[in-house]
Amino acid sequence: MNAAQSFMGKEGLRPDLAVIAENVANGASVLDVGCGDGTLMAALRDGQGCATRGMEIDAANVGRCVGRGLSVIQGDADKDLAFYPDKSVDYAILSQTLQTTMRPDMVLEELLRIGRRAFVSFPNFAHWRVRASLLWNGRMPVTRLLPVAWYETPNIHHLTVNDFRSLVKDRGITVEGQWFLSGDQSCSAAAANFRAEHAVFLLSRRG
Amino acid sequence: MSTASSLNIERKVLELGTPLLLDGGQSLPEMRVAYETCGTLNAAKDNAILICHALTGDHHVVSDHPKTGKPGWWVRMVGPGKPIDTDRYFIICANVIGSCMGSTGPASLAPDGEPWAKRFPVITIRDMVKGHIAVLDALGIDALHAVVGGSMGGMQALSLASNFAERTRAALVIASTARHSAQNIAFHEVGRQAIMADPEWREGNYYAHGKGPEKGLSVARMAAHITYLSEAGLTDKFGRRLQNREEKTFGFDADFQIESYLRYQGLSFTDRFDANSYLYITRAMDYFDLAEEHGGMLANAFAGSKARFCLVSFDTDWLYPTAESRNVTHALNAAGLPVSFVELSAPYGHDSFLLDVPALDRVVEGFLG
Repeated sequence: MNAAQSFMGKEGLRPDLAVIAENVANGASVLDVGCGDGTLMAALRDGQGCATRGMEIDAANVGRCVGRGLSVIQGDADKDLAFYPDKSVDYAILSQTLQTTMRPDMVLEELLRIGRRAFVSFPNFAHWRVRASLLWNGRMPVTRLLPVAWYETPNIHHLTVNDFRSLVKDRGITVEGQWFLSGDQSCSAAAANFRAEHAVFLLSRRG
Repeated sequence: MSTASSLNIERKVLELGTPLLLDGGQSLPEMRVAYETCGTLNAAKDNAILICHALTGDHHVVSDHPKTGKPGWWVRMVGPGKPIDTDRYFIICANVIGSCMGSTGPASLAPDGEPWAKRFPVITIRDMVKGHIAVLDALGIDALHAVVGGSMGGMQALSLASNFAERTRAALVIASTARHSAQNIAFHEVGRQAIMADPEWREGNYYAHGKGPEKGLSVARMAAHITYLSEAGLTDKFGRRLQNREEKTFGFDADFQIESYLRYQGLSFTDRFDANSYLYITRAMDYFDLAEEHGGMLANAFAGSKARFCLVSFDTDWLYPTAESRNVTHALNAAGLPVSFVELSAPYGHDSFLLDVPALDRVVEGFLG
C-alpha cells in the first residue's frame, strides 16, 4: 500500500497524524490520548466531523485545546484511562506517546478496551540511523526524531517495529492496518524494522 | 467599547409570586432574589451567562459593593473584551437565598414582621439554584450559554447543570467540588461554633439588640480565610515578620503581621455580613453532595445533561483540591459528556480563582468561545 500520496494531502499535520486522519472514518468518535495542543483533534473535528475528546498531561497544552473549543482532560495515560467506559469511542488514538508510558502494554490494553479500534504510532528504535549511531558511537542515539539525551528524554520505553509486532501477537490483538514512514515517504512492511522512522498501527480485538 | 455605559449594568430584585418549595420540606413565602445584569440580552435570548457567587460573595459581580465601595468581585474577569465578554454575552449574577445582600435570608423579615433569624429554614445549594432559575424564568431565558462559578459558585453550577439540565448548554466549574469533605465540614463547624459561642448571638435573635455576634463571626472568618490561602502564599506575604514593631512584646497583641492581617479580615467582614447568613450558607455547603442526590452515583447526576463542561483546579488549593475536580471529571466522562479539565499552577491557594491568573483567563475565554 502506498500511503504517501494520500497523507501528503493533509496539510500541516505531522506525517503519522496525517496517516491516522486519513484512515479515521468521517463522523467517528475519537479519544486522542496524549493529544498535545489538539492539532489532530481539531483536524478530525473540522475536516471530518468527528466527535473528539482528548487527554493530555501538560496543563499549558490542555489550555490551548480548551481555547480551540476542544474537550480535553488533563491526565496521565498510565493512570487515568481507567475512568473511561468500555467501547465508548470508535477510535482510541495514541500518537508518539506509547514509549513515554510506564506500562505500554497496559496502556495498549486500555486503548482497546475504550475504543472499538486503536491507532498507535511510535518512533522505531531499530531505524538504521539509530542502529548506526549506537554501533559507531556506542552511545544512546540522539536523532531527528529522538532529539533528547537519555537522561532527560520522556521516552522511557523505546521499542522497535518488531517489538511491537511481537507484543500485539502475544496479546492476541488484530492488526487491521499498518503504515511505515521514513520522513514523508512510506516504506514497505517487510523493510520497516530497518527503514521506518515512524510506525502507525490500526488495531482491534476480535470477540 | 470599554466604557461603563457599554456594561449596561442593572440591579434588580425579583419578588417571587409563589412560595419556593425547599429541599428540607418547608416552603419559603414572599421570597426575593436580588440580581445584577450587564451586557445585552439578544433577541434569541441565547447569549446569557449566569455567574454564581461564593460563600460570602454577592451579585455585585461588576458594580461597586454597596457597603464597602470596592469594585465588583470579578471585574478582572467580566467586562468588555474580558474573558467573560460583556460585549458578546448578557451576564446575570444572582444573590443566593440565605444571604444578607438582597435576597431573602435569615435577616429578612418573615410574614409576621419579625426577622426570620433561626426560624429561617435550612437551605441547600439546590435551593439556591431554584432561586436562580426563578430569575431565568422572569427574564424569559430558556437555556443559558453557560453557567459559571468558583468555589460555592461551582457547586451551584454543577447543581444547575444536573438538576435543571435543559437550562444550560455549558458549565464552567472553578476550584470547586461535588461534595463537601469531612475536612470542609470541620472548618465550617469551627466557624459556626465560634458564632454560636458568642453571647451576643442570642440563639440567633440579635437583630433587635443593635449588636450581633461580631467577635464570633470575626473568628469564623479568620479560620475560613486561612483555608482560602496557601501555606506558601502566607509565608511569601507575611513570613514571621512583626507588625509595626522591632521585637516581640511577650504578650497577646498582634505581634505578627499575619495576626494583624487576620484580625483585620475578621473585623471588616462583620461590617458587611450577617452572622446567621454565615450559619445557613455554610450549612448548605456542608449538605452538598451531588452524588447522594442521585442514588450515590455522581455520573447519574448528569444523566439528563447534554451540556459541555469544563473543570479547573489550582495546584495550591487545599480546600477543594484537584482530586475533587478530577472526581467530577471522571463522572462526566462516564456519563459520556464533553468535558475538559485542567489543573492550573497558581500560588494563591483556593482564592486563585479571584486573583490574577492569566492561564485561567485563557481557559475561561476559550471555553466560553
